[in-house]
Amino acid sequence: MDVFGMSLLLILAFVGFGLMIGTLFGFFGMGGSFLVTPALLVIGYPAEVAVGSGLAFVFGTSVIGAIKHRDHGHVDYKLAAIMTVAMTIGIEAGKYVVLFLKATGQADLIISIAYVGLLAIVGLFTLRDARSTDDESSVDLSETVQGIELPPMVTLRGDIQVSGVIIFAVGLAVGVLSGFLGVGGGFLLMPAMMYGLGVPAAVAVGTDILQITISGAYGAFSYAQADAVALPVVGAMLIGSALGARIGAGATDLVDEDDIKGYFAAMLLAGSLAVGAKQLGTAYGIEALNTVSIVLIFGAALLVSSAVVLAAICRLRGDATGTWCRLTTS
Amino acid sequence: MFGIETLSSTSQAAAQIGLVLAESIVLYVGYGALTQAVGPTVLDTLGGE
Repeated sequence: MDVFGMSLLLILAFVGFGLMIGTLFGFFGMGGSFLVTPALLVIGYPAEVAVGSGLAFVFGTSVIGAIKHRDHGHVDYKLAAIMTVAMTIGIEAGKYVVLFLKATGQADLIISIAYVGLLAIVGLFTLRDARSTDDESSVDLSETVQGIELPPMVTLRGDIQVSGVIIFAVGLAVGVLSGFLGVGGGFLLMPAMMYGLGVPAAVAVGTDILQITISGAYGAFSYAQADAVALPVVGAMLIGSALGARIGAGATDLVDEDDIKGYFAAMLLAGSLAVGAKQLGTAYGIEALNTVSIVLIFGAALLVSSAVVLAAICRLRGDATGTWCRLTTS
Repeated sequence: MFGIETLSSTSQAAAQIGLVLAESIVLYVGYGALTQAVGPTVLDTLGGE
């Protein structure tokens, strides 16, 4: 039976994938977009559709969070306004590059290579973070950045003065990445705002999620104009992810993120391998590699989201010694 | 699909974003009600009570 041009089985598979992604996003607070675009790439969607659909998914998952943070007053609107202008320009630039690469027939290859690198880098950083036993704080450049008096200077919440040019440059860079890869950019914006600009953590979180929502909405709109958003796929994934996000957020009250962070890092590295395997499989006509890539990316997401749920159930039951429960504590 | 094929590309794109927004809000409200209704029972069952 077909629904919206997709088989019911495929729709259920996307709902299930959304459930896993939502659980991960709700628990770790990141990873929503990291896996959607690569997953669509390994399934065989054209690069521009994978990126456009990734951005639409990012918008759908972040919009509720943005509304909540706005209600709590955790948004710096001056910072958000400058970033929005810069990110909009960046997204258009990123999209232009994708469409140019599509015209030259190189989009799938280049975007896949970019994802292999991105997932590997973020995966390795997360792994390092998971393995560090002491409370190593990130490098704080905020005092140096605030010392750069490049006009116009902008006063942000918390009475911080930062050059508007620097804020614009950060937004532009993240926007290009969003438009090119279909990611929300939160993994860059959060540290950039906190450790780069010196914005207080609560305001950085609120402004970050607002930016992700705006860039997701604008990026999705821009790609939709080029008919590059698979709406039934996005709709199906959102059904799963909205529920998964609640499960993941609920699990944060029970489970320490650090217990499972190593698995999350391994999943990102598996995602990197999956995209690489898919490209090699396609280039050399090795069907087995295409299968490996699908198993890697979906299997890794299933394993890690299951680990989150299992760890939460173990804590609920007060069980730390059972065979399965021991697997979820590092 | 979704009855928006007859619109111009810009209107179609805006309609798609509107659909995603509407779905997100409906899901948030729907799952919120579901969580309130069955959440404590599910937690008790999973907790082995």
